[in-house]
Amino acid sequence: MGIDAAFWILAVVAVVAALAVVLLRDIFRAALALVLCFLMVAGLYVTLSADFLAAVQILVYVGAISILIILGIMLTREVQRGSPSNKFRIPAFLVAVLLLGALAYTIFSTTWQVSNSAPVLPTTQALAGKLFGEGGFVLAVEIAGVLLLAAILGAIVLVREK
Amino acid sequence: MSITLEHYLILSAVMFAIGLYGALAKRNAIAILLSIEIMLNAVNIAMVAFSRFITPLLLTGQVFAIFIMVVAAAEAAVGVGIIMAIYRVRGTIDATEIDLMKW
Repeated sequence: MGIDAAFWILAVVAVVAALAVVLLRDIFRAALALVLCFLMVAGLYVTLSADFLAAVQILVYVGAISILIILGIMLTREVQRGSPSNKFRIPAFLVAVLLLGALAYTIFSTTWQVSNSAPVLPTTQALAGKLFGEGGFVLAVEIAGVLLLAAILGAIVLVREK
Repeated sequence: MSITLEHYLILSAVMFAIGLYGALAKRNAIAILLSIEIMLNAVNIAMVAFSRFITPLLLTGQVFAIFIMVVAAAEAAVGVGIIMAIYRVRGTIDATEIDLMKW
């Protein structure tokens, strides 16, 4: 019961915050709404008993990515222009509604094989075993490290003064 | 009525559609970046929901979600870098005016 109420509150606030990101004209307020949306998604991970992912969500998204984006807004701010829509507003809305309809149709017409076993808690040790253990995702972890290094170098090269 | 997998998937689909609308309809390049972040978060919700309801003992969906977060962080860093470089050269981040490579 508590989980149900938490899901509904978190889901409604997350969707409203996401709508605010898309619809607000002030880009800085949109970024703050995005931070609220990230926090609600972290709460949703808690209701899905993914405790480690909730912590990572707060550290990486609320902590790092939102700061990076707000820094970008500060350095490229066009105050008087805000964040208007382009001329594809109605086609974009139609595409989004069509995609939502297709997804909803697929979700409801598929019979999901839901398992009844209790989830693993806490997930940190199990995730570490998955990532670094035998038959896990070690190669993908290494590639992710190389990708992050390349992204950091690329960002430095792009932003550096010539 | 308890919360089922469909609830989370519908929430994920709604957030993805909102992000898609923003990515297609906004002119400010930073706003497009924000919309892409919403879409990535929506996909993560679906991944973790599948992991919780269909394979609760394997956690593979959560591992995928971690990799999506890694790629999202890299994408945000490079994206903000590109936008700042464009702003320095062209003085605008309006996506409709950045049309140098448009045929």
